[in-house]
Amino acid sequence: MLKSVNQPIRKKDAMALVTGKPVYMDDLGIFDHALIVKALRSPHAHAMIESIDTKVASRIPGIEAIFTYEDVPNERFTLAGQTYPELSPYDRLIMDRHIRCVGDPVALVAGTDEKAIDRALKAIKVKYEILPALLDFHDAIGSDILIHPEDNWKALDFIGADNKTNRCASETTSDGDVEAVLADCDIVIDHVYHTKANQQTMMETFRTGCYMDTYGRLNIVSSTQIVYHVRRIISHALGIPKSRIRVQKPRIGGGFGAKQSAVCEVYPAFVTYKTGKPCKMIYSRVESQIISSPRHEMEVHVRLGAMKNGRIRAMDIYTLSNTGAYGEHGPTTVGLSGHKSIPLYTTNLEAWRFAYDVVYTNVMSAGAYRGYGATQGIFAVESAVNELAARIGMDPTLIREMNMVREGQVMSAYYNEMNTSCALDRCMERAKEMIGWNEKPLRRVMPDGKIRSLGVAMAMQGSGISGVDVGSATIKIDDDGGYNLLIAAADMGTGCDTILAQIAAEVLECPVDQIAVHGADTDTSPYDSGSYASSTTYITGKATEIAAQKLKVQMTAEAAKMLSCQPEDLDFDGKCFTAADGQTLTIKDLATRSMCGFDGALETTISHSSPVSPPPYMVGIAEIELDPETGEVYPLDYVAVVDCGTPINPNLARTQTIGGLLQGIGMALYEEIQYSDKGRLYNNSFMQYKIPSRVDLGHIRVDFESSYEPSGPFGAKSIGEIVIDTPSPALAHAIYNATGLWFRELPITAEKIAMGLMEKEKNAQNAAQQLQ
Amino acid sequence: MNLTINVQVNGCKIEESIAPDLLLIDFLRAHGCLSVKRGCETSNCGLCTVFLNDTPVLSCSVLAARANGCRIITLEGLQEEAAELGGFIADQGAEQCGFCNPGMIMNTIALLRENPDPTEDEIREYLAGNLCRCSGYEGQLIGIKNLIQWRKERQTHA
Repeated sequence: MLKSVNQPIRKKDAMALVTGKPVYMDDLGIFDHALIVKALRSPHAHAMIESIDTKVASRIPGIEAIFTYEDVPNERFTLAGQTYPELSPYDRLIMDRHIRCVGDPVALVAGTDEKAIDRALKAIKVKYEILPALLDFHDAIGSDILIHPEDNWKALDFIGADNKTNRCASETTSDGDVEAVLADCDIVIDHVYHTKANQQTMMETFRTGCYMDTYGRLNIVSSTQIVYHVRRIISHALGIPKSRIRVQKPRIGGGFGAKQSAVCEVYPAFVTYKTGKPCKMIYSRVESQIISSPRHEMEVHVRLGAMKNGRIRAMDIYTLSNTGAYGEHGPTTVGLSGHKSIPLYTTNLEAWRFAYDVVYTNVMSAGAYRGYGATQGIFAVESAVNELAARIGMDPTLIREMNMVREGQVMSAYYNEMNTSCALDRCMERAKEMIGWNEKPLRRVMPDGKIRSLGVAMAMQGSGISGVDVGSATIKIDDDGGYNLLIAAADMGTGCDTILAQIAAEVLECPVDQIAVHGADTDTSPYDSGSYASSTTYITGKATEIAAQKLKVQMTAEAAKMLSCQPEDLDFDGKCFTAADGQTLTIKDLATRSMCGFDGALETTISHSSPVSPPPYMVGIAEIELDPETGEVYPLDYVAVVDCGTPINPNLARTQTIGGLLQGIGMALYEEIQYSDKGRLYNNSFMQYKIPSRVDLGHIRVDFESSYEPSGPFGAKSIGEIVIDTPSPALAHAIYNATGLWFRELPITAEKIAMGLMEKEKNAQNAAQQLQ
Repeated sequence: MNLTINVQVNGCKIEESIAPDLLLIDFLRAHGCLSVKRGCETSNCGLCTVFLNDTPVLSCSVLAARANGCRIITLEGLQEEAAELGGFIADQGAEQCGFCNPGMIMNTIALLRENPDPTEDEIREYLAGNLCRCSGYEGQLIGIKNLIQWRKERQTHA
C-alpha cells in the first residue's frame, strides 16, 4: 500500500506561492541596488555593423558601462542547455558584428538608473550595412545569403551540419523499402503540414542577476531550468573556468522549455565579470516575444501508405525545420518529429523512412518548447491518419485501434526500443467513453446554425533522453530524524520538489513533510542535466528512489552496530529500528549519535541514467462548436486520457495535462507568429499574440489509464510534454468534421475557416453553374 | 520635477516625493509589496492587480500620482484571505508556478466581495483578464467553486 506516492498532496511551496511571498529572482532583495542591464537591439534582420559610437551615451549620468561586440571574446558557443557533447552548433558570440535577426544585441548598457539607460540606448549611434535577409526557410538551402559564413562556426558532433549551405543539421534514417511498400498500398495520403514558431509565454519573463562573491567567484541567480548547463554556457561565453562560476535558481515563474536555453544569462554575467559589480537583466515581454527561444517552425511532409481496410503499412516523413539565426536545439528537436510520431503505428508498419533538414534563416533563433518537435510531427501524422480514415470511410478511432503500438512490441522507428509499458488501447477506450464517442455523431448542426463536431488524436513522447540524461539526488539525515534532499532538477511550478520528496518519503516510510528539499545550486546540488525532455520524475525520480533505499541500508547497518545485532534482524517502521530482542533505536537517536565520534556519513548521492526512454501515451478527443458565419471555434469539451505510468502526484499530473492541453489549443487555433517582409515580428505582446484566457473554452477533463513502467520510480514515466501534442490534430480533425475542409497549416484561425468556407461555397456554385 | 503624494498602503501611511511618470506597480514594489508582479507591458495579463479604494485595478496602468489620497491593498495586506482561497487552489495543484497567483487571488477576492455566490460563467468572465499559462484554469475554477461551497456550508452550520 503506497502512502506518499500516488497521493494528491499539496505542493511544498504552494502556500508561499498563493500568498504572494517574495520567492522569485527579482523579489529576493540581493539585486535591489544592482546595476540594471539593458540591450540595444538591431532593428535589421541581416546587417553588418559598420561603426558604433557610444561616447555620448556613456557620458549620461547614471551610466556605468557600455559594451559592444568589440569588447567580447571571439570564441563561439551555444545557448542551448544540453549535455556534452552539445549537439547544437557553436554559432554565437555574446555580441557579434554580424547581425542575424531583428533583436540581436548590438550594445549592452549598464547603469544605476533605468531612465538614464533608456536615454543612453537612444544616444548610441550605430551605422549598419544592411544585407539582404533570408526570411523564407524554403529558400535557405542553396541560398546566396549565408547566415553563418564565419570560419569559427563549429558543430561538435552532428551529421549533416554545414554552415556553407545554411544547414544546421541533415539526416536520413529508415527501416525497410519504403518506396516498394508505398507502391504496393491501396492508398497513399501525401500532404505537407506546417506548424509555426509558438512562444511559451511563461508569465515570468527571462531574468538573471549576477554578483561576485567573497571568494571572487561569479554568482548567477537565474530563472532557469538548467543550472549546470548555464554554468558551462557562461564558462564558454566568458572564457573562464566553470569552477569560478556558481549558478542558482530560485522559484521560477514557468519555463515550458523556454528556460532550457540561456536566453539572457550571458549578458549580465558578462557585465558583472567586466565591472565586478552586481547587476540584473530583466527581459520585457516584448523581448521575451521577439528574441527568445520559441518552437521550431516545421514543415512536415507525410506520405502514409495504407490498405482499404485501414491497415497502415508505410510511413515516409520529411521535415524541414527552421532554426532561425542560431542553432539552439535545432539538430535535436527535428528528430522527434519522426521518431515520436511514426512509432505510434508500429503494429502493421512494414517500412518507414525519416529525413530532415534544419536550416538557418534571419529570424530569431528557435529553442526548446514543451513537445520539442514531437508536437509538430504528431500534428502531421495524426492529421494524415484522420485524412486516411475520412478517405476510406472508417471510424478514426477504429483505424487507430487496428494500428496503434502495443505493449511488448519493438519500436523500430523509436531507436529500436521495446515498448515495455503501454496502455494506449485503454486510453482510447476510456476517452471514447468519456466524450460519448459511440453515441454522438461526428457532426451535428445545432438549431442556431452552429456546428458541433468531434476530433481525435493520439500521442507519445519520451521519458528523458536515453543514455544521455543524468539525474542525481543526495539524501542525508538531519539530527531531528528528518531528511534533506538535494537536487539540481528545477521545479518550475511543475512540482518536482514535492514529487521527488514523495518518492523519498515512500522509501523512507516517513511523512513527506519530513523531507526538506533544496535545489538547484551548482555548488551544493549533485550534478543533474536539468529539468527538460520529460526527464525529472523518471530519471531524477529513480535516482531519488535508489538514494533513499541506499540511505536506508546505511542507516540500518549503523543501527545494527549501535544495537549490537545483525542488520537483517532489525525492523524499521520509518521512525524506529527494533531488534529481535526488543531493543529500539529511533532515527532521531541514530542521527544524534552519528554526530559524535562517528566515522561515516549518513548521507548518500546517487546519479542515475536510463538506457531507455519509455514513452508515455495519451488520447485526446475534442468536441467543438464552430460558427460557420464567422469561422469561430469554441472548444466545448476536451477529454484526455493519459498513460504516464504511475502518477506520483495525481493532482499535479492532472494540472500538467490540463495546462498543456490549453497551450496546445492556443497553438492550434490562434497563437500566431508573423513577420513583416523586413523580418520584424508583429506579435510582440499579449495584444497581438493571443494566449487562451478563461473564457476561451468550455471544460477540459482528464483521466489516467496507468501502465506500470518497470524502469521508472514506482512504475512512473513522464507527463510534462506529451500533453501538448494532441490538440492541434484533434482540433484540425473536428474542424474538418464540421466544415469538410482540411487545414494543414497552424494556427487554424477563425479567419482561415471563414475564408475556406466562402471559397468552398463559391466552388460549389461554380460547379453547379457548369453542370447547368 | 517631482510631486508629493500621500497614500495608505496596506494600512500604512506613506508620504513621498515621486516622479510624475512613476507607475503604481513600481511604487508598490519599491515599498516591499513584492507580490505585485509584472507579466506584460500592455495591461493584458492581470498579474499586477491591486485594490485602489477597494476596486481592483491594474497597477501597471495607474500612475502612482493618481493614487494620491487613496487606500491601496495588495496581497501582503490580505494574507488570511489569500491563504484561505489559496488553500483550495493548492488542493487542486493549480497554483503551479505561482507567478500569476497574487493577481488572480486579488481579483477573486474582489469578485467574491461583490458577488459571494457567482455562477461558473460569472467567475470566468470576472477573471478573464487574469492570464495563467500553467494551469489551464480548470483547477483554479474548481478551487474557487470549492471555496464558495465551503463558505456556504460554514454559514449553514453557523
